[in-house]
Amino acid sequence: MGVLYDKLAKDVRFREGINSCINCGTCTAICAAAEFYNYDPRIIADTVQSRDESKIEALLKSETIWYCGECMSCKTRCPRGNAPGLIIMALRSLSQEEGYFVESEKGRQQLALKRTVGEWILKYGYCLYAENILPEMHPEQGPVWEWESKHLPEIFERLGGNYKGDGPGILRKIPQETLDELKSIFDVTGGTVRYEKIENFSKEKAKELGLQFDEGIDNEYVKHIYTVNNHSHTKE
Amino acid sequence: MKIEGKQHIWQDYQKEIAENHYFYVRSCVRQNFFPGSETAFLRILREELGKDVFENPCHTTCTGIGYHGDIVPFDTTMTVVARQFALMTESGYENLVPSCITSFGIYTEILETWEHFPEEEEKVREYLYKATHREFKIPKNLAHASDVIYKFRKEISEKGKFRLVNVNTGKPLKVVEHIGCHYAKMFPSKGIGGAEYPYVLTGMVEDWGGEVIDYPERRHCCGFGFRQYLVKANRGYSVACSHKKFESMHPYKPDMIITNCPGCPMFLDRWQYAIAEMEGKTYGENGQGIPVFTYEEVAGLVLGYDPWDLGLQVHQVSCEPVLDKIGIPYDTSKKYLGKQGQNIGMPDKPYILKT
Repeated sequence: MGVLYDKLAKDVRFREGINSCINCGTCTAICAAAEFYNYDPRIIADTVQSRDESKIEALLKSETIWYCGECMSCKTRCPRGNAPGLIIMALRSLSQEEGYFVESEKGRQQLALKRTVGEWILKYGYCLYAENILPEMHPEQGPVWEWESKHLPEIFERLGGNYKGDGPGILRKIPQETLDELKSIFDVTGGTVRYEKIENFSKEKAKELGLQFDEGIDNEYVKHIYTVNNHSHTKE
Repeated sequence: MKIEGKQHIWQDYQKEIAENHYFYVRSCVRQNFFPGSETAFLRILREELGKDVFENPCHTTCTGIGYHGDIVPFDTTMTVVARQFALMTESGYENLVPSCITSFGIYTEILETWEHFPEEEEKVREYLYKATHREFKIPKNLAHASDVIYKFRKEISEKGKFRLVNVNTGKPLKVVEHIGCHYAKMFPSKGIGGAEYPYVLTGMVEDWGGEVIDYPERRHCCGFGFRQYLVKANRGYSVACSHKKFESMHPYKPDMIITNCPGCPMFLDRWQYAIAEMEGKTYGENGQGIPVFTYEEVAGLVLGYDPWDLGLQVHQVSCEPVLDKIGIPYDTSKKYLGKQGQNIGMPDKPYILKT
């Protein structure tokens, strides 16, 4: 067996995700991503079970593995109990561990996710935090969110929240000791190392592309990866 | 016809839901976008049904959106979840109730993983102890918050002041029910009715007087897709999924949509606004959208709660058409006021979508 395949096989999600794919294509038929993107989960399953190192490496560097929405509809329908969505999760993890994710436009977006959701988890204790969901980044949220954004304390108070307050409740302030525990868990379990790898590989890529790279989201590289779409990804 | 076989199969898709003493963990999306729904859930459980629901202020996100955004490793997510279990254990509870479907899916995935790979559980116990000096017991019962409302749907109906019935025609409201993908698609036996015939919302709708619409794309994803929504460049995926559902349900003229996942109502609400503004297409009556509700909001309306206490003012698609059909009174002048009745302005009107 090859090096990359061995690494994939260490991921329990990979071991659960593929047993013996019969290439029936049911996953592709039900797949929300396959309808929108140039994407075929059947081929993903077929490629990894081929155990061909060069093909797996190409997959890890490709746009393809970033198209899945992880809705897991494939898991329900596969007659063999496989789950291409789980295979994708293992591939995406390995792509980031190896630094291959920066070789694709969609893969490079991982830094935008780390700089937003990833950092909010450790800073606030939530994956999302209202004051950071900026209307200019989310025009689809409409005028109602624009209004809410200007009046968050009053709206959370009106609807029974405990916005930035002590004790239990909606969007309460998570105690510092709890945030310290989260950080400690990230340190012990590889979460911190994952974040560092996303940062380091992205920094190198930004240099290669000649884009300004800095902390936060207000810099050339993050703005670039957050918005750029070369329109080669979809069926039309 | 012999139906024993069918009954036997159906038994596999029933689930045990604890009667009382719940350890509640909140949802990141729900708290930010539909805070009134979590408030309503606790009010219904505690005040209407007299149940004991405990919330430990030290619980956190399960990291779910980060996990499915693939920035958080599985070991990290498993250990954060183990910490939630530890808080539950320390608080003296054994019935875990997550508000979030993504969390429910993750808790289920982790418990299944530990069942199949006991060494993973041992590893996580070591990680958690090393990081926090905490230890935990596995929940005796895991139920999503919508499972709990489903369990008590008949009691809610009996206490209810309103039914999902059009007061002008006497006919049941036509309801689209949308189940969050991670409720049962990954582990069908963990959801009421499984993935093919999920009954968790249908049971509520039917007991509260409505009629569920069966339409072709009933089980299609709302389009969250995690990274597919969170990164601006990918949002075409998200709106395309919702669009597919709206086009499919539109001919059946639904009065309303009910959902059990925190993200789905937000996407089905907001994308109707975006589609209207982008393409001029609306799916409700008179240029409006199809009102989208959380199950807590619908339960609250049935029980006669004030629509603005439930948070219907933070929807982009106006909910008033449904309130009018059911005959629920509301005071428009109070819709956008603060808790003390103070003026905090109001949202601008969209250009196309009527509100």
